[in-house]
Amino acid sequence: MTSSSIARKFAMALSGLFLVLFLGQHFTINLTSVIAPDTFNNWSHFMGTNFLVQAVLQPVLIFGVVFHFIMGFILELQNRRARNVGYASYKGSANASWASRNMIISGLVILAFLVLHFIDFWIPELNIKYLQGDMSGLLESGGGYRYHEELVHKFESHLRVIAYVIAFVLLAIHLWHGFASSFQSVGFNNKYSKGLTSFAKVYAIVIPVGFIFIALYHHINHLIH
Amino acid sequence: MKLTLKIWRQENAAAKGGIQSYPIDGIEGDMSFLEMLDVLNEQLISKGDDPVVFDHDCREGICGSCSLQINGEPHGPDRLITTCQLHMRMFKDGDTITIEPFRAAAFPVIKDLMVDRTAFDRIQQAGGYISVNTSGNTIDANAIPVNKEDADESFNAATCIGCGACVAACKNASAMLFTAAKVSQFALLPQGKVEAATRVLNMVEQMDKEGFGNCTNTGACEVECPKGISLENIARMNREYLSASLKG
Repeated sequence: MTSSSIARKFAMALSGLFLVLFLGQHFTINLTSVIAPDTFNNWSHFMGTNFLVQAVLQPVLIFGVVFHFIMGFILELQNRRARNVGYASYKGSANASWASRNMIISGLVILAFLVLHFIDFWIPELNIKYLQGDMSGLLESGGGYRYHEELVHKFESHLRVIAYVIAFVLLAIHLWHGFASSFQSVGFNNKYSKGLTSFAKVYAIVIPVGFIFIALYHHINHLIH
Repeated sequence: MKLTLKIWRQENAAAKGGIQSYPIDGIEGDMSFLEMLDVLNEQLISKGDDPVVFDHDCREGICGSCSLQINGEPHGPDRLITTCQLHMRMFKDGDTITIEPFRAAAFPVIKDLMVDRTAFDRIQQAGGYISVNTSGNTIDANAIPVNKEDADESFNAATCIGCGACVAACKNASAMLFTAAKVSQFALLPQGKVEAATRVLNMVEQMDKEGFGNCTNTGACEVECPKGISLENIARMNREYLSASLKG
């Protein structure tokens, strides 16, 4: 079953849905950095030090991300092979959206963003916690947890904020097609489909725009002060 | 109407093909696209040139023989029609029209615009039927009640003429809409349910063997399908396939 085209698209849809769930959780915690920095610090410390999150959820998440990317590349290569001679004239826009036809482009931008994101947050976090052995999550200067200050500090850079905004626009485009189409891939098409598709489209806009808002909020806050 | 036709010419499956330009004059808006090609071929033949080879048969949108990628779309710019039903009034005087064969690794070019679509036949042969002994003990079709909605949906799926526009339109050259229509027309009916699990497994296996691409739900197939076969059929096939796989 695993080698069939339908099984592969099912796996692609399931891993995508899992990542969509993760995005919602990530966004919820990040939003607290704007409305309640203390809550953000507490949640960040919990997520960064809780055994279940670190030893179980994090590896599952990494597997989900890597699987989704590798499967995406494999499918793209197979699909390109399925049309060995291309058209001289191909009017893709006549029958399908740009988002649906260019998932590999939006996906690659998101992959590039993830590399930047890991360099920004994940690698320093691993360094502090496991190389330096500081699991306290406290600022060196004292005065509580370090997470909020680190986040705010990252968004001081114009270039980083621009890169983040571009990546989130592409994320919105990726989700615009991907989230709604995952229901079709798992075989879900009934009277609830319309409602679910609408929800997926709203989600595809709200979450990335929310992330953009958070990045801009911290950046503008920095410019003002 | 004066037109410039840019047509893919290829001597045979092994030869390297290319686009050639042909000016054509005197085309009427009431002509069908295939009649326009007939005019071109008569001119080519009278000059002693090789006529352009293209598939056609019924010329009334039923058989699924005619194909052609016209200006980047299967069956041209109009909707819910086959190439033989495409009128030249869809084009303007002075237009350049690019005409190519349906492109897919699973649809190799035989000559010029004619492609080998027997991959569809092999998918159909893998399970697109019901095993009923009809010699001497034919059962009255109305003896088994079928509810109206299922009958309608099954009939809609059965209107697929297997032309291959879905494959030609899909950026992945996927044959999911064709296979899904053939799976659905039986899966919805009591007569077809008996072999539903083996049917979907075998037909999908054959579809993959033929080298068609994977579906990425762009929906291009549904838009370009001359019979308006719905994407719902693909969701149904996915369901049928997943449940058949889980049952083993």
